[in-house]
Amino acid sequence: MATVPLEHVRNEGEWKLPSRGMVAMAGLITAESSIFLIFVVAYLYYLGRDVQGPTPKEVLEIPYFGTVCLLSSSGFIMLAERAIEHGKIAAFRLWWAVTILLAAIFLGDTGLEWRKLIVHDNLTIHTNLFGTCFYSLVGLHASHVIIGMLMMLVTMVFALNGHLRAEHSYRVKVLALYWHFVDAVWVVVFTVVYVVGR
Amino acid sequence: MGTDSMPAPQGIQTGLDRTAAVSRPGTYLELVHSWIVTVDHKRLGILYICYALVFLLVAGAEALMIRIQLFFPHNDFVSPYTFNRLFTMHGTTMVFLVGMPILFGFGNYLVPLMIGARDMAFPRLNAFSFWISAFAGLLLYYSFIGGVGLYGTGSAPDVAWFAYAPLTEKAFSPGHSTDYWAVAILANGIGSIGTAINILATVFCMRCKGMTLSRLPLLPWLYATVSFLVLVAVSPLTAAQAMLLIDRYLGGHFFDTQMGGSAILWAHFFWIFGHPEVYVLVLPAFAFANEIIPVFSRKAIFGYPAMVAASVGIGFISLGVWAHHMFTIGMTSFGNAFFTLSTMLVSIPTGIKTFNWLATLWGGKIRFQTPMLFSIAFLFQWVIAGLTGIMLSVSAWNWQLHNSYFVVAHFHYVLVGAIVFMIFAAIYYWYPKMTGRMLDERLGKLHFWLMVIGFHMTFDVMHFPGLLGMPRQIFTYEPDRGWTLLNQIVSVGGFIQAIAVLVLVYNLVHSYFKGVLAGPDPWDAWTLEWATTSPPPAYNFVVDPVVASRRPLWDLKHPEDPDSAFE
Repeated sequence: MATVPLEHVRNEGEWKLPSRGMVAMAGLITAESSIFLIFVVAYLYYLGRDVQGPTPKEVLEIPYFGTVCLLSSSGFIMLAERAIEHGKIAAFRLWWAVTILLAAIFLGDTGLEWRKLIVHDNLTIHTNLFGTCFYSLVGLHASHVIIGMLMMLVTMVFALNGHLRAEHSYRVKVLALYWHFVDAVWVVVFTVVYVVGR
Repeated sequence: MGTDSMPAPQGIQTGLDRTAAVSRPGTYLELVHSWIVTVDHKRLGILYICYALVFLLVAGAEALMIRIQLFFPHNDFVSPYTFNRLFTMHGTTMVFLVGMPILFGFGNYLVPLMIGARDMAFPRLNAFSFWISAFAGLLLYYSFIGGVGLYGTGSAPDVAWFAYAPLTEKAFSPGHSTDYWAVAILANGIGSIGTAINILATVFCMRCKGMTLSRLPLLPWLYATVSFLVLVAVSPLTAAQAMLLIDRYLGGHFFDTQMGGSAILWAHFFWIFGHPEVYVLVLPAFAFANEIIPVFSRKAIFGYPAMVAASVGIGFISLGVWAHHMFTIGMTSFGNAFFTLSTMLVSIPTGIKTFNWLATLWGGKIRFQTPMLFSIAFLFQWVIAGLTGIMLSVSAWNWQLHNSYFVVAHFHYVLVGAIVFMIFAAIYYWYPKMTGRMLDERLGKLHFWLMVIGFHMTFDVMHFPGLLGMPRQIFTYEPDRGWTLLNQIVSVGGFIQAIAVLVLVYNLVHSYFKGVLAGPDPWDAWTLEWATTSPPPAYNFVVDPVVASRRPLWDLKHPEDPDSAFE
């Protein structure tokens, strides 16, 4: 069989494709955003429609400390990304550990907030519409923080026993993209729950 | 030209040599084991398709029981409770366990082959997605045994496929049947999202050298659109199921009207999923038509860029039309007008596609083999389904016919007349690639004509009881309504379609053993899947192909007049 002249193919230069990890994570983020959107819509739709208390205004306090911790973790994970890219494993370990620590502080802060709401204010998921929407939305976000933390802990184990090297920086970046998403969602949840909803 | 710099034609030629795949005889157990642990996109694709075909028979049997019950007025073939379960399970099964898996199956099988890739971007995620979907199907059907509810009358879910709240709340739906429904849909959704992510990553990141987005065959293009739709449309359903489960298990109040919860919010959430879902199902059908119609017209597809733009356009517009399912729930006049107009807007890109298919046929040397017969029927039926869709999009008309058999006839015209017909076309077209043997053409024609006759008897006639006021989902009806004869014609048509499907099943089994050997390229087609053997080896292509146009095999077969010269 005759062959096809393909000189223009050769002229097209290097064949570059987007990275599949990034595309897949972008897809996951798209799907997760839709899930959050539905819970946010429910939260906003049900604001002020409760037939019994307590209301958000009565019980919610703005979690400044936890928010600052979580949002600043996005900066530290960027430092970690840069460190691994340049092969600075020690620096990576430090920034990575700080990120995990900040995430843990955020979760602890949420835990204290929930404890206060449940024990002191008698607000559970069963109490009223606000309770249902609040614990679902904030809990959905917190579960994402937990998943992100677990994945970062696994990475930390690899970093500590020396299996993580500069050539893995691409995988770290995919995970970091997820973490940036978790932080960005908190900006939305924070605005909806503590600013608009209060 | 030195051949050393041209791996593509070599790779393709090696494929055309029809080197038989090397296989080692193994025990039966080894064979089953190899299918269970497989991460090969071709095997997973076939698993998806077989799984869907099994559930097609199950859900078809449920439809036949519904039709027997409606054959006479005051019939008591099944109890009202059983009838509710039958239409719930029929709808849920057909959408989630037949439609989505079979389309994902073809996507799995074809997308990597068409883009010249070794496998999907994430083979293990692919296997996970299949098995969790399969688990969801088994879970849903386990409800027949495990879902016993109030007074022992409950078993399978009986809340209809859209499961309007608050009917699904604990107070109105005791027992576990609704839980099985919600968890099964949730698990299935996770599988769908996994597959969608996988297809997107495959289409964008695994293309062979030279396959730019403007040379991508239309099937991968449409599957990318579908995957995007799955991500943004199936996720809301997953979220809504999570809310329903929070209500049922944790005592939440999302849809608890006594505590201020809203039944309408569920309807919105469901249809935000529900309408794009129609396009999730129909776009792959379009994708099959985009591949089959040109090959059997012996012409390149007409208006490739317009086809891509129209498909992506349908994807976006479909996200803004959901409330046309809710005109009778009561919306503002602005809402009614908005959703009427946005729904009508869909007809523009679909019209572009229809005219492009007609223009592809125009002046072509048409071959009327079975895949083409189904495609031609699809064109007619899709246009009719679209026209009744435009009728129903007008809110004033919709108020008269909402939840009547007219609506049932309309969406079955889409789901059967367009989607199932194109799935049959795709089975006849790609079965030779998957098995290495042709399906029997005589049985195929028999299947086609039985299907056309049965389809039109059922779904043309079904519009009329709807116009005469027969509501959907009713257990029986009065003899003096004038619906009896119409229902009987509909039921007879249903049985003719069932016979047609049995002919297909016989053909699938018979041809697997006795069919004519297909060879790598039985239809003289142009896309890369026909460049390798039938069935393809696990690695798909001996050498990674390189393409220079939209029809790489045309270039190979017609070196004196390659498409690449006109790009």
